[in-house]
Amino acid sequence: MNILVCISKAPDTTSKIAFTNNSTQFDENGVQFIVNPYDEWYALVRALELKETIGGNVTIVTVGTATDEAIIRKALAIGADEAVRIDADPKDAYFVAMQISSYAKAKGFDLVMTGKETINYNGSQVGGMIAEAMDLPFVSLATKLDANGTKLTLEREIVGGVQVVEVQTPAVISCAKGMAEQRIPNMRGIMAARTKPLTVIPAEAVEDLTSYVTYSMPNAKSSVKMIDPSNMDELVALLHNEAKVI
Amino acid sequence: MVLVYINSTTGLSKAALETVTYGKKLSGDVTVITNGSASNEQLAQLGEYGASKVLVDRSVDGEDPQQLARLVAAVADQVSASTVIFSHDIYGKAVAPRLSVRMKAGLVAGAIAVPEADGSVKVNVFSGKAVGFVKVASAKQIISLLPNSIQPEKTGSACSVEETSGLAGASAISVLETKKPEGNIPLPEAELVVSAGRGLKGPENWGMIEELATALGAATACSRPVADIGWRPHHEHVGQTGVAIRPNLYIAVGISGAIQHLAGVNGSKVIVVVNTDTEAPFFKAADYGVVGDAFEVIPRLTEAVKRFKATQH
Repeated sequence: MNILVCISKAPDTTSKIAFTNNSTQFDENGVQFIVNPYDEWYALVRALELKETIGGNVTIVTVGTATDEAIIRKALAIGADEAVRIDADPKDAYFVAMQISSYAKAKGFDLVMTGKETINYNGSQVGGMIAEAMDLPFVSLATKLDANGTKLTLEREIVGGVQVVEVQTPAVISCAKGMAEQRIPNMRGIMAARTKPLTVIPAEAVEDLTSYVTYSMPNAKSSVKMIDPSNMDELVALLHNEAKVI
Repeated sequence: MVLVYINSTTGLSKAALETVTYGKKLSGDVTVITNGSASNEQLAQLGEYGASKVLVDRSVDGEDPQQLARLVAAVADQVSASTVIFSHDIYGKAVAPRLSVRMKAGLVAGAIAVPEADGSVKVNVFSGKAVGFVKVASAKQIISLLPNSIQPEKTGSACSVEETSGLAGASAISVLETKKPEGNIPLPEAELVVSAGRGLKGPENWGMIEELATALGAATACSRPVADIGWRPHHEHVGQTGVAIRPNLYIAVGISGAIQHLAGVNGSKVIVVVNTDTEAPFFKAADYGVVGDAFEVIPRLTEAVKRFKATQH
């Protein structure tokens, strides 16, 4: 099975979030970038597991600048066979999806996998957009994926439960928790990653459909009101009269 | 003209009423497109929340986002919609991006408020650690609304319901099985949530959490370590890598409040933290705090809630 896994960089989950340039840009100063966890832990690792059981090839693709090569090498160290970087500094999900679908269209991938969302912009957009641009079926928020010939069997999250569905390849899948377990690259993987093929291709001209005009930090909570642990009637009264939530 | 997509296969959800209310705030002319089996009488009620007309395609089961994108795009074309609205739930996350490409319309994913005066729309970014304002450059726009961001408002009366068909094409996804635990309140839609962490010491102690949730009419949730060691199912895990929720009330029991957990719950309107450790970072994000042993405090709170509920009848 020939699999394309889309990866994105994201700030480490413990990063301090701050903005610069008059609150119009994320402040990357001192921020450690990682492979977006949904892309790495779930999409990439499940792709590698499928390759290990049924054979095939796993290519990773990212839309980013030369500084993103650290996360590309990390994904190669985990086990991807080759990498493609589409050279651009992406501004919105539509731009990213158009670049990836344009690259992937002629390559005959059986499966295109993404994480369910990135942890910085949380849009859940790129997978569905790639699927539409390639005119392929899309199963989102998948928590299990098995392949049998050209038939994929998946579990996906639905409101209040899960659903088992079937779809034919080629297809686009967005991956959520449950799909696989995180893999830590070993020394052999890290050494091998240095010599695995990394192709850089130019981006196509695509207009941005959206932009962030400004950012702000959420209002800080006023100080916490402490309640005597023996007086839960008081807490209930406050939740009813003051907070008005029950 | 605004077009709102709702899924009505299990009746009219609160999220559906929120999206119609949101549409009404944007335009005096709101058409709703839906699929599924809700009765015409039920669907006509959407008029009370601002719909001028409801179109329903009963041949579409709503399981294939590609089919839904074809349906919504065709209706958007028919009614000349300049804005299409979804709930940012499993349907919005799957269909809205497809529609964005199909209509070449910018998508604002996860809106938490009506558009600002300059047309930009507020969304959560960095898993709720910050907010951003998104502006759409294209002539048409799509907005998916994060559940529980606005309250449904009744402004009108029942509207007309028309059947439509033949716009969606075939489904590429076949459903083999649907597993829905009975009686549980779906977490993303819950207005009240009781959540617990490692402070509970073992899965056998969740009985008191469930009793408190039942007394309140709340959903139950948990922290990541608890889901990872299998004390609770993964779909209950809230936080940066789990479900992000914004209920009216979030009660956190025995959860220290790591930054990754806070990212999933800091949109909650009111947070109550119960912890034995006065230094637990969660108290900094809380509105009400109780320092005490959960095994004493929670049964006491459950009794207090029951007494309060008894006075409400």
